[in-house]
Amino acid sequence: MLAVEDLQLVLNGKPIINDLSMYVDTGEIHGILGENGTGKTTIAYLIMGVNNYKPTGGRVVFEGEDIADLSVSHRAKKGITLAWQEPARIEGLRVRDYLKLSGNNIGIEQVEQYLWMVGMEPAQYLDRDVDNTLSGGERKRIELASVLAMRPKLAILDEPDSGIDIVALPLILNSIVEMSKRGSSVLLITHNEKVAEIAHRVSLLCAGKVIRSGAPAETCQWFKDHCRTCPHINEPVEEDKRL
Amino acid sequence: MIHYLVEKEYQELVDAYEKAGGDKSALLSGDAASLVVHEDRVLSATEIEGVKLAARTQEGLISAGLLIEEGYKVSRPIHLCFGILPEVGLQRIKLRVDVKRGAEVKVIAHCIFPNAVQIIHKMDAVINIEDNASFSYKETHYHGDSGGIEVVPKAKVTLGEKALYENTFSLVEGCVGKLDFDYEVFSGAGSVAELIAKVYGKEDDFIRIIEKVHLNGNGARSLIKTRIVLRDRARAEVIGETYGNAPYARGHVDCTELVNGEEAIAKAIPIVLVRNDKAKVTHEAAIGSIDRRQLETLMARGLEENEAVDVIVKGILR
Repeated sequence: MLAVEDLQLVLNGKPIINDLSMYVDTGEIHGILGENGTGKTTIAYLIMGVNNYKPTGGRVVFEGEDIADLSVSHRAKKGITLAWQEPARIEGLRVRDYLKLSGNNIGIEQVEQYLWMVGMEPAQYLDRDVDNTLSGGERKRIELASVLAMRPKLAILDEPDSGIDIVALPLILNSIVEMSKRGSSVLLITHNEKVAEIAHRVSLLCAGKVIRSGAPAETCQWFKDHCRTCPHINEPVEEDKRL
Repeated sequence: MIHYLVEKEYQELVDAYEKAGGDKSALLSGDAASLVVHEDRVLSATEIEGVKLAARTQEGLISAGLLIEEGYKVSRPIHLCFGILPEVGLQRIKLRVDVKRGAEVKVIAHCIFPNAVQIIHKMDAVINIEDNASFSYKETHYHGDSGGIEVVPKAKVTLGEKALYENTFSLVEGCVGKLDFDYEVFSGAGSVAELIAKVYGKEDDFIRIIEKVHLNGNGARSLIKTRIVLRDRARAEVIGETYGNAPYARGHVDCTELVNGEEAIAKAIPIVLVRNDKAKVTHEAAIGSIDRRQLETLMARGLEENEAVDVIVKGILR
């Protein structure tokens, strides 16, 4: 479904994404695991085409088409969406309207269903605004609900667990799995190996490059053993570069 | 014949009131207090128990008085309708509001000028809200697209102890024309004042909003909240002033102006002054283009950029 081929991004002379290649299959949850500053969010931005990011090399191919020159709206209409790590607050936009504009003519019953899926009681939230009055965790859950409502072909979820309390986390992870069961592919970006474990496949990122890719259990263990203790953050040691 | 003409005029204005979002049935039922004024003519004034409402015209000046008797909690909002349906006209209103001790009332006012080409609408209000009384005033303007109108609302508001005052001014339909809004509030101990203004400037509109709150009583609180969106060549100047003159007074000035056009100009001047070492007044102002992240959030759900702008503008002015 999605193939990223030799992707490069150089900003102010500094390579941020470095010949990165990866793919996401239909219905797959593909985890991107890495420490802070390794380029995880930048990959999300390049695939979605936001933040004025354009690749300085390589291709982003979605369902066989290079989408690098398409607008954000056009990419969304093709079925790609992004849930930001820190979603925007929009004054005066009610939760019910935000979820409705995400989905194609969905009714209020479906809006309520998506809120329940992320552990939010509709009666408490439908008429609240998607603004600063929501806590960080509430806003994140609403963002996930809006992605569920959109039923995208590919959902890019940037750190969906950040700001989520320990009680709500299993619910959030379940809804991501459910999203995949309903036919969406998920690019799951995280620095938390426990979150990455719900993926079908995990790629480790270091200095804007995939240094290892494989089954979640092994890859997450490798991340814990090597990346957590690595003194060369964002500068892969020679051994890692060969992997 | 005269009776027929007045009825026709009344009906036309009430129809326009409904089109502007007003509750026509509230004007016609007689269960709620209401006042309907067209140009310089008072077409109807309905009182109910606990609410004295009178209006008369002298030399083109409409003098209106609204009095809520002591302790009365008015269950249904009072409806006011001021309008000019012809293209040219002048409407001058002198309004006196007295909300007596412990009374509570909500007023919904619609100002309707759908065909304005050369119209002036001026209102000078004196509002006294006594101790423990509550007064909520929501004024919505409905203008046509020509921009040939000058709107000049001015008010002096006095709040007694623990009084509550909420004022919402909304001018988002049609062209503003020229708006010169000037409200000043003098707050007593423990009172709460909330002034909200929402205006959408287009074409060559000029918007000037001055809102001043003097927090004179111990523990008085206030919020001045202004939301302006400008496009085309519209210009706006927003002056929010709060004076913390008493112990434990708390005030906040919050102004957001979105500029969505290369020739639009927005200006905000917050003035906060504290004269008492136990008072605190804060302000925040955000002026600029529409936030890129907000736009992209909506575009990532499939909206085109212009549709996303529309959602953001409607939200901020809601």
